[in-house]
Amino acid sequence: MSDVPQIVSSRWDEPTGHTLDGYRNTGSYTGYAALQRALSMSPDELSAEVKGATVLGRGGAGFPAGVKWGFCPPGVWPRYLVVNGDESEPGTYKDRILMERDPHQLIEGCLIAAYAIGCAQVFLYVRGEMAHAQERIATALNEAYAANLVGKNILGTDFSVDIVLHWGAGAYIVGEETALIESLEGNRGMPRLKPPFFPAAKGLYMKPTIVNNVETLANLPWLVLNGIEAYTAIGSEASPGTRLVAVSGHVKQPGVFEIPQGTTTYRELFYDDRYGGGIRDDNELKMFIPGGASAPWFFPEQVDLALEAKIVSAAGSMLGSGAIVVMDDTTDAVKACLRVVRFFARESCGKCTPCREGTSWEEKILQRIMDGHGRPSDIDALLDVADNISPGPYPVASHPDAGLDAIAFPPRQTTICPLGPSSVAPITSAIRRFRHEFEAKITKRDLISVTAETVSSHDHSTAGAH
Amino acid sequence: MARFTPQNEALARDIVGRYPRAKSATIPLCHLAQEQDGYLSDDAMVHVSELVGITPAEVMGTASFYEMFKLHPVGTYVVNVCTNISCQLVGGEELLAHASTTLGVGPGGTTTDGMFTLEDVECIAACTEAPACQVNYRYFHQITNDQFDELVADLRSGSRSDIPKHGTLGTTRQELGADLIANITPPEEQSEPVWIRRHRELSDAASANAAPPSGGSTS
Repeated sequence: MSDVPQIVSSRWDEPTGHTLDGYRNTGSYTGYAALQRALSMSPDELSAEVKGATVLGRGGAGFPAGVKWGFCPPGVWPRYLVVNGDESEPGTYKDRILMERDPHQLIEGCLIAAYAIGCAQVFLYVRGEMAHAQERIATALNEAYAANLVGKNILGTDFSVDIVLHWGAGAYIVGEETALIESLEGNRGMPRLKPPFFPAAKGLYMKPTIVNNVETLANLPWLVLNGIEAYTAIGSEASPGTRLVAVSGHVKQPGVFEIPQGTTTYRELFYDDRYGGGIRDDNELKMFIPGGASAPWFFPEQVDLALEAKIVSAAGSMLGSGAIVVMDDTTDAVKACLRVVRFFARESCGKCTPCREGTSWEEKILQRIMDGHGRPSDIDALLDVADNISPGPYPVASHPDAGLDAIAFPPRQTTICPLGPSSVAPITSAIRRFRHEFEAKITKRDLISVTAETVSSHDHSTAGAH
Repeated sequence: MARFTPQNEALARDIVGRYPRAKSATIPLCHLAQEQDGYLSDDAMVHVSELVGITPAEVMGTASFYEMFKLHPVGTYVVNVCTNISCQLVGGEELLAHASTTLGVGPGGTTTDGMFTLEDVECIAACTEAPACQVNYRYFHQITNDQFDELVADLRSGSRSDIPKHGTLGTTRQELGADLIANITPPEEQSEPVWIRRHRELSDAASANAAPPSGGSTS
């Protein structure tokens, strides 16, 4: 993959890439040289660089990091930086690799962000189930503290910052930034209502807090060393740089790839030998999830779209967390739909009624359809429950054969966070395209004709028995 | 089971010191208790509550939200088989069924010898390495039925010393004693960071110099 620039993945194959020595001596740039350069700049200049390069958030929402940093109210201290390493969106596998194989890159990214924003404390929230990532980050932090790269008066300057490794305990919803803050405060991980206050204004301990994804921060060292021009030369104008995508499911070569953002198409990812290498057994593509379990599904008609936020959202879905799940024509659409819905039902935090009740009803109805106990009204019931969580037309891909247009992302929601509405994505996607598969599983029962006459004669004939 | 041992209590106090507010240490301390006892006991939750300054009920309120905290004893090895979409597509459910046969318990069950607890879990971020499972949160990628049986046999015979007993998270800890901490105090005691103030004063001075003197030079 020599023609693909490696901004964040350059040390993945280096046996020592996770050590301080390895970080300094291998990869596409010299480790901690970016910190030196950052410390020679003013925090404002550094923020302007990140803003100028349009570093889009890699967690799912795709919001520019530099703009987010600017939302901290001036003159309010302290400000906290919280790193979101709670990767758990089904299909997503990138932050774990970044944490396991190149922890110093993430630490340097944290230092650059903390210096620019003005944070004296950084909390690195790593998903609880990722024991190896925690070990690698703990070791790297111990090395970095010993080398005066983190802690008091870093490299002899007046910049002092603590980075604390914090670990979660198993809850998908904690990936939502306000739920993550609640969890970090020692509470149940339930999202906070926003607006009025976003974390940048009132976050951790109700102080200004920036929550950034692992991959977002991992981009910063390369950017600071190579500058805006080099960064924006990669990818598209609206989405510069590279992006990590995990291509899983029915491809010949599943893998995590660093691709130029905004220009690569799904076709390349599925069929190109550098990436997926084709559909398993040379089967036909039936559908794919373009951006994690929360994303409405795409079908063969969408395969030539580029992975560019605007294009994908106009086509009815989202890039999300770079999780692409490929399903070939042997896949049971109802079964796949049930599995994704079941995930949201299990992971609903229970705070909002439409999600808590709705997701479990969706699961129950889909389960009975799968089990052969579906009722003729179940498809409408599913769509009705879905409409209570996300009212109105739900984002969905176009269906040219049926003459149906795409409905653009994002969905509306009756809930505090997008978890509930996400459960609707597989339902509307699958029913619009594969309604016949649902119907085939629902037994059509013959109506038993019952008339007043037969009932009364039945009553009459048994009356004598009393 | 028990409250923290003196050694773990010292470690717990060290962890509490890393947070601006003690309550933030609730989840890390519950992990520490689970590492000590294999599960999160009532006594441990009472001890955690004392260390972070909340009630035992609040500790349980937090702990019961999270999948990883086991409020009852579980097997020495907790086997988590992923059946979410990427794994399901390439045999995650078949792997779970096989694991169930091998271990003789269904998802959620613990073997009678207390060695294994089997769980059907959600995505564990190994999607391109499916089907995947974890044993005490250590990963096994693209695992076949035979490899699974081999793993179980090795665990039974005690030849997998690389997999610690249930409850142990990272075998390496961050070392952040009070002497290393640069600046962790409650939020009320924090003020504008030194380097931010220095740059602000520099730029204030620069703009004051650049601006024409007030009142003008119209003599």
